[in-house]
Amino acid sequence: MTGFLSLIIFAPVLGAAVIGLWPRLSVRGIRLTALTACLVSLGLSLVLFIQFDRSGGVQFEEFLNWIPSLNVHYHLGVDGLSLPLVLLTTILSFVAVLISYQINTRIKAYFIWFLFLESSILGVFCSLDLLLFFIFWEIEVIPMYFLISIWGSGRKDYSATKYVLYTLFGSALMLAGMVCVYFATGSFDIMALSAGGQLLIQTVLPAAPLFLLLLIGFAVKLPVVPFHTWLPDAHTDAPTAVSVMLAGSLIKMGGYGMIRVCVGLFPTVARDFAPALIALAVISIVYGGAIVLRQTDLKRLIAYSSVSHMGFVLLGIFALSQTSLTGATLQMVSHGLITGLLFAAAGLVMHNTHERAIDRLGGLARQMPRAAVIFIIGGLGALGLPGTSGFVAEFTTFLGAFSSTEVAGIKIAVLIALLGILLAAAYMLWLIQRVFFGPSTVRFDGIRDASRLEVFYCGILILTIFAVGLCPAILTGAVQNVFNNILRLLT
Amino acid sequence: MNILLLLPEIILAATALLVVLGDLFLNRKGLLTIISLVGLATSLIFAIILAGREPQAIWQGLLMADRFATFMKLIFLSLAALVILASADYVKRLSHFHGEFHALILLSVLGMMLLGSSSSLITIFVSLELASVPLYALTGLLKDQRGTESALKFVLLSAVNSAVLLYGLALVFGFTGTASLSGVASAVWSLTANEIWSQPGLMFGSILVLAGFGFKIAAVPFHLWAPDVYEGSPTPIALLLSVGSKLAGFAVLIRLLLSISVPVTPPGIIVEFFTPLAISHDWGIALAVLAALSMTIGNLSAIPQSNIKRLLAYSGIAHSGYMLIAVSATSLAFSGLANGDVQIEALLFYMLAFAMAEVAVFTAVTVASQRVGDRIADYAGLGRRAPVLGIALTIGLISLTGIPPAAGFIAKFYVFSQAAESGLWWLVVIAVLNTIISAYYYLRIARLIWQGEPSDGAPITSGVAPKVALFIGAFGVLLLGVLPFWGMKLAEFGAAIFLP
Repeated sequence: MTGFLSLIIFAPVLGAAVIGLWPRLSVRGIRLTALTACLVSLGLSLVLFIQFDRSGGVQFEEFLNWIPSLNVHYHLGVDGLSLPLVLLTTILSFVAVLISYQINTRIKAYFIWFLFLESSILGVFCSLDLLLFFIFWEIEVIPMYFLISIWGSGRKDYSATKYVLYTLFGSALMLAGMVCVYFATGSFDIMALSAGGQLLIQTVLPAAPLFLLLLIGFAVKLPVVPFHTWLPDAHTDAPTAVSVMLAGSLIKMGGYGMIRVCVGLFPTVARDFAPALIALAVISIVYGGAIVLRQTDLKRLIAYSSVSHMGFVLLGIFALSQTSLTGATLQMVSHGLITGLLFAAAGLVMHNTHERAIDRLGGLARQMPRAAVIFIIGGLGALGLPGTSGFVAEFTTFLGAFSSTEVAGIKIAVLIALLGILLAAAYMLWLIQRVFFGPSTVRFDGIRDASRLEVFYCGILILTIFAVGLCPAILTGAVQNVFNNILRLLT
Repeated sequence: MNILLLLPEIILAATALLVVLGDLFLNRKGLLTIISLVGLATSLIFAIILAGREPQAIWQGLLMADRFATFMKLIFLSLAALVILASADYVKRLSHFHGEFHALILLSVLGMMLLGSSSSLITIFVSLELASVPLYALTGLLKDQRGTESALKFVLLSAVNSAVLLYGLALVFGFTGTASLSGVASAVWSLTANEIWSQPGLMFGSILVLAGFGFKIAAVPFHLWAPDVYEGSPTPIALLLSVGSKLAGFAVLIRLLLSISVPVTPPGIIVEFFTPLAISHDWGIALAVLAALSMTIGNLSAIPQSNIKRLLAYSGIAHSGYMLIAVSATSLAFSGLANGDVQIEALLFYMLAFAMAEVAVFTAVTVASQRVGDRIADYAGLGRRAPVLGIALTIGLISLTGIPPAAGFIAKFYVFSQAAESGLWWLVVIAVLNTIISAYYYLRIARLIWQGEPSDGAPITSGVAPKVALFIGAFGVLLLGVLPFWGMKLAEFGAAIFLP
């Protein structure tokens, strides 16, 4: 099945090319082309998901010589770790294109950049060559920069520039780390390196600095406190659909990279640094959660909740047990779906009320009941209600972390981190109460509720959230086998 | 000695003369463009035909016909063709000087080609003057106040620089007793380190030579002329300066710094082309410091610029810094201080990528400046007024920043990894930080093009020729970035003669 993954990755680019090169394509035509391109990716990745052999291993591999003099290959493949993230990205992109129907300035350019963004994210999740991985990782910066700075709101220039500079800072260090790995081993092949690369690397260079160089790049993206300050700005000022992609899919590149590259290539160094990183994770969870309580802007609030939720991912990764890593992966998928839904619903509210300050909203449940239901489901998912994917993910993460034997003192960290769930319940319920209940505002009488299209795309996300929540085996079956290799290296 | 080896140069010189003559008799000045392009193409074809030959010395080693020279010829000839294409519309602003414009470009490029193949102190200096003197005239060709000022500055500073360089070359000649690089090299290599230090004149001469070429490549602290000259000169000429002149400087620098061992006539006798600079281990470090300064000062000075040509001049200074990293890494490796297998492919590939990106950017500026001028603020909304132009300019800027999938990324990656391999970690860190700084101002322009509100909504149109140049630049950048294989093959071809 050579070319299958390439088709998933590059279908959006093809769509962008059609949009860009077809002169006088109508607005409707542009939207349909973008939707078709995303649908092709989504359909193929569903096929991928169904065809995927759950017993493990890298599948759907593609391997071509690309830059022979640097030993760089065009090497694609998915395993149980990347598979759910690919599917998540294609689902969210499909939804985001539907959300983007409300964009009405410079539609052509918007969809071109958007489709490039999708391709680059998919490329990151499918690359098995470090340099190829990095190239896809970097390509994503440009569409994001334009999407925020042109179609955003508020201080969009500032936010877009901040996003780019943070990302470039992180990726520059990451590239330095990758170059070191390359010099030490002469190879960019992630799979070959993680099959026993650390021994190889350690003989030439000390592994700890390399690990840290790579880690910072991913930590900026995830984000981990103290590298998180780009996130609220970028999420808040981006257009709704881009916020969905950013929070839902893009920051997962950080978590994915940490597992794939940092832990995969340097398992024992990861164990050495685990206590410090778990401390950072706990800080992210609690500090992020506490800060959410203080937010007055609807989108900013959801953005900050991501910092807290990504702390769970970090906790799960560096607890370094099979269950906790599975939990971290589940949490990435679940957070992608739930935050995507929350941003979509928040976009709905903001678009219809033209208001984003929480204290000026209120009682909307009566005026826009459908939007309220959507938002409340998202909120309940975010606070980890059983039945939603949020519960499964957080439960697995905590269980895995608590029972982990790799890191000393992790039980205390987990107990503190549990505060995060409490905080999540507090800020989510309080938010829902402030926005949707209480006395209704006269100003909002007769505003438009969610349209059929909006119910449709939110419905897709809601269904997926419950599907994962009620039947997590569809993901865990594929995910948990991946970590055997990594954990085998630890013992 | 085989005169045929000089065919590309001879054809170019003949074309230049033909253009001057044609200017007297032809009424349709558009024909001059065509004559120049045909001449360049013929010369290019002959350069390619002669490419496969064994390296040979011409005129007892005054010039070398080898693969490195061929590589540089390919770059300079293509560049000249692109400059002429890019200026097809622009020349209409020069009321009388069509013939001079084309002929001077051709002559200057001839000088650059000869610089690329010079292997004697004398030919180095003569070709340098041949490359520079036409540029003085071209800089002032617009005949407005700013152009004249630029030209005058350029002439005066270049004259000082020529004097410095000539003094340096004379000192080196005086202390080694020979003008050919091979002779200089063997004279220097017969000295021990202590003996070299006891001949301060030789050291002083070498430093002056380095300063002379530092001026050509616009490296800090010899860079101050560049922004002023670029600002006042016609935009296509700024392109010629920023790519041609700079790369010619690098070509000589490489020849000066690296050894080549090739059989020269009579066959059988191997003459080592070693040079004074290569013997001192400190040169690698000195160049590294120059590289760090150029990058940092170039990028930081580019940020506050409000004139696009000045900004591009500073960005060019920064790129000289990036290229100097490769030179420094190679000369460290060459003098045995670092791993031996560092070669100049990275630098040559960087040259290709840089040239492509500059062609895209400067051509776009050439076309745009006829309508919106050179103020960056006026570029707002350019993408809407001229989408093709906007896309090419954006791709060029992305490549200069070094973001994939543009060629700039692979080029920077290649150069930085070589520097890392020769142990210049501190320099790589500085270079990477500089890349981030540069993203700030490059992307600011890119955003302005697509986001800003144009003050005047009229579309910007251009003829076919500039569009061809735009397309070649932008497409070349993407092609080199996505499929770097061919570019790297070409770079390896050019670098092969420096294999020890």
